[in-house]
Amino acid sequence: MDLDPVLLSRIQFAFVISFHAIFPVFTIGLASYIALLEGLAFKTRNPLWLTLSSFWTKVFAVVFGMGVVSGIVMSFQFGTNWSNFSQATANFIGPVLSYEVITAFFLEAAFLGVLLFGRDKVPPWVHLFAAIMVALGTLISTFWILSANSWMHTPAGVELRDGTFYVTSWYDAIFNPSFPYRLTHMVLASFLTGGFVVAGVSAWYLLNGRQVEANRKALSMCLWLLLIIAPAQAVVGDFHGLNTLEHQPQKVAAMEGHWETATNVPLLLFAIPDQENQTNHYEVGIPGLASLILTHDWDGELIGLNDVPAAERPPVAIVFWAFRVMVGLGLLMIAFALTGLFLRRGGRYWQTPWFLQSMRFMSITPFIAVLAGWFVTEIGRAPWLVQGIMTHSEGVSPSLTGGMALFTLIGYIVVYALVFTAGLYYLMRVLYAGPEASDHAQEYDSGRPMRPMSATHVPFEIEDDAEGGMHRTPGSRANPGGH
Amino acid sequence: MGPIDLVIVWSFIIGFGVIMYVVMDGFDLGVGILFPFAPNEESRDIMMNTVAPVWDGNETWLVLGGAGLFAAFPLVYSILMPALYIGVFLLLAGLIFRGVAFEFRFKANTSRYLWNWAFAGGSTVASFAQGAVVGAYIEGFDTADRVFVGGPFDWLTPFSILTGFGLLAGYALLGSTWLILKTEGELQAWAYRIATPLLVAVLVVFAIIGIWTPFVDQMVRERWFNSLSIIWILPVLTALCAFQIYRSVRKRYEARPFLATMGLFVLTYLGLLVSRWPYVVPPEYTVWDAASSYDSQLFLLVGVLFVVPVVLAYTAWTYWVFRGKVTADSGYH
Ligand code: HDD
Ligand code: HEM
Ligand code: HEM
Repeated sequence: MDLDPVLLSRIQFAFVISFHAIFPVFTIGLASYIALLEGLAFKTRNPLWLTLSSFWTKVFAVVFGMGVVSGIVMSFQFGTNWSNFSQATANFIGPVLSYEVITAFFLEAAFLGVLLFGRDKVPPWVHLFAAIMVALGTLISTFWILSANSWMHTPAGVELRDGTFYVTSWYDAIFNPSFPYRLTHMVLASFLTGGFVVAGVSAWYLLNGRQVEANRKALSMCLWLLLIIAPAQAVVGDFHGLNTLEHQPQKVAAMEGHWETATNVPLLLFAIPDQENQTNHYEVGIPGLASLILTHDWDGELIGLNDVPAAERPPVAIVFWAFRVMVGLGLLMIAFALTGLFLRRGGRYWQTPWFLQSMRFMSITPFIAVLAGWFVTEIGRAPWLVQGIMTHSEGVSPSLTGGMALFTLIGYIVVYALVFTAGLYYLMRVLYAGPEASDHAQEYDSGRPMRPMSATHVPFEIEDDAEGGMHRTPGSRANPGGH
Repeated sequence: MGPIDLVIVWSFIIGFGVIMYVVMDGFDLGVGILFPFAPNEESRDIMMNTVAPVWDGNETWLVLGGAGLFAAFPLVYSILMPALYIGVFLLLAGLIFRGVAFEFRFKANTSRYLWNWAFAGGSTVASFAQGAVVGAYIEGFDTADRVFVGGPFDWLTPFSILTGFGLLAGYALLGSTWLILKTEGELQAWAYRIATPLLVAVLVVFAIIGIWTPFVDQMVRERWFNSLSIIWILPVLTALCAFQIYRSVRKRYEARPFLATMGLFVLTYLGLLVSRWPYVVPPEYTVWDAASSYDSQLFLLVGVLFVVPVVLAYTAWTYWVFRGKVTADSGYH
């Protein structure tokens, strides 16, 4: 059997980046949340914030660890599997990724140590500063990596000479046409992820009557946040789509499952795209709505895939369905944010079991939406690696054989399966143990009982007051994870 | 081409990044290599805690090395990575296991021994792969028309296996002297005990490599024995460092063994560089062949000149925050 190194490399890249992406989308949101909690703790001296912050920092540590190790893999993927692409684009992508390292990764790494282990070793304000630096680092990192990625979708500011890109304008290249939309969309996606996970976990604790005071606060904060960013994400997504229509119309045609160039195009709710016969089966749609959304005119004309040479068409079915998954979940998120608002009357939002139960399940939806979104974006670009200029088969490493690619693909799958299973298991244990554990355990302090305010000479008893205010119900599970 | 030759500047920067990585991640990899041999489980806790707050930052130098090569010398990146394909995979797999072990081990009870193995095995595999990569690099790559054209196992030769073991011993030595610096009592006594045998192992491998390399490589032979006799200062200084390690371990100094071991690494590394310069993809391409465009090098240089000093400053600050001896009750749990 002939193994195709190009296809295998694509699958490998898709696998390792999807795996990597799961962790950053969560840590970006969570880092900012922790910085906020640290800030509140610092300002109000209310130990409740510290309880929450210590707990979420523990979760953060596990997820961040997995983000780092899978990220290190990413920085070598370009060279090992896509060496021709690397050589051609190095003048732009190289500096951008290097800027990411020097402006973001070092910042995150250095201050992470202080955030996790330094609470007793530095004054509170320095600890807060470290939390802010870690959060800032994740956002700076998002900036650079999305600039590189967006440039591959909408290359700008460069000229091609003898098969190599030369940068003619750094500004145009970095702030390439799709970058502002993709950056905004991605940052909002990260905050949605952080928000839904914290909300879901808090809801679960509330269901079990654990740490009611702290978790009610956390849930309330998240619901306010989600109420703003869930709808904002839909609006930004719409602009993002309009931008894509301008630069990659074939991708939008695939997203819409739209084969023939036409006016008054329907918005398809359901269809089974048939790549071979260039048509859809079992279409259900709303007449004219796609035209309205994309051209702001019921009779607007949209390019269909028949205007694109067959060899340059992306695989329609995946893109079509991934897009529906993302948008569907986005709408569901808005619905939940609104329900949360509605249930605020009389404080029902933290006492309504069905709502809490559903919030629990909602916490995995952002991850699915994020992956679906990336599948739309990336698969919708096929067969191009750099839109309109370089294809996947032109970018692959010439010396790479199918056997080698298969070997590492299986290798990564095995390694990641082990690491992911273990990671999930330990994460569950941290979650089971819950914020109660952070109250007493000294996980991140140097062996002494935690004294949140020790450096400011506030008496130790303050922690006991906090305990009293915690409404620990008798049923609260005492740390089944066993610490 | 601009007024200054940025290629030279960038050669220094990348050279600096690589040696930073080698000595910094070297000691925490070394701690991992030594892990299974530690006197007891409590010592292992302490060993891990000596590196837990800093390993992530140390490893970031590797990412900088990768990204920096991609940016400044794309030819090196795009020839070395496919040429070392399987080796790079092993390196990364090793780093993954040891990286997550930091987080998971302290949260595990019954499965703790598994993470001990993940940490030790991952560190060992990653170190060996790095050493083998160095050997493969000395031997050179099969290229045509600026791309790698050799086979998947070209990098694995008796010579590169030897350098693999050499680096393993070297990192272990670095790890043991780090433990001398950061620990006390039983663990420190153990670290003192193993440092000298490790030093001997390192010197033996170095000696073999030193004799072997001129045979593998004509350019090196020519330099060492004809044109560049000043180069001999390096082995002399290396020997002095080795003696320092030996003496300071015997005298039970605490910081000096570590510093001298770093010196040993830096000097060996310099030896490798001057034997090769200006060829970066041996045997064919020089730094000038491999460089990215002047504009790109300049664009990144501006950032590096401003940001890297700051990075160095706050890295130093984190080491300062975590200064002093690590004892049984510091760190996690
Ligand atoms: C939207 C965000 C995002 C995306 C699309 C990517 N990353 Fe990432 N990456 C991050 C956001 C991030 C982060 C939030 O900054 C991480 C997560 C955990 C961490 O340490 O930083 C990170 C970690 C991380 C690390 C480890 C850094 C360290 O040692 O601290 C590397 C080397 C990379 N990434 C490289 C990449 C590459 C080469 C990518 C694409 C091909 C990529 N990442 C996609
Ligand atoms: C973080 C979330 C990301 C996800 C989930 C993701 C997902 C994917 C997927 C599914 C593919 C496969 C497309 C196919 O089958 O042809 C792909 C391709 C690709 N992506 Fe992304 N991507 C992400 C981010 C990035 C970033 C940030 C970059 C670059 C800086 C990037 C560069 C590439 C490249 C080079 C390919 C081509 C190789 C291939 O086709 O597999 N991606 N990505
Ligand atoms: C609710 C309405 C939403 C709309 C209309 C929308 C629209 C879009 C569009 C058009 C793209 C493709 C951009 C391209 O052509 O490259 C995209 C990509 C993406 N979407 Fe959404 N989106 C929505 C919700 C969400 C939600 C809720 C999430 C995650 C929580 C999400 C995460 C992503 C991600 C990660 C990408 C890939 C990166 C990018 O290109 O920005 N989206 N979205």
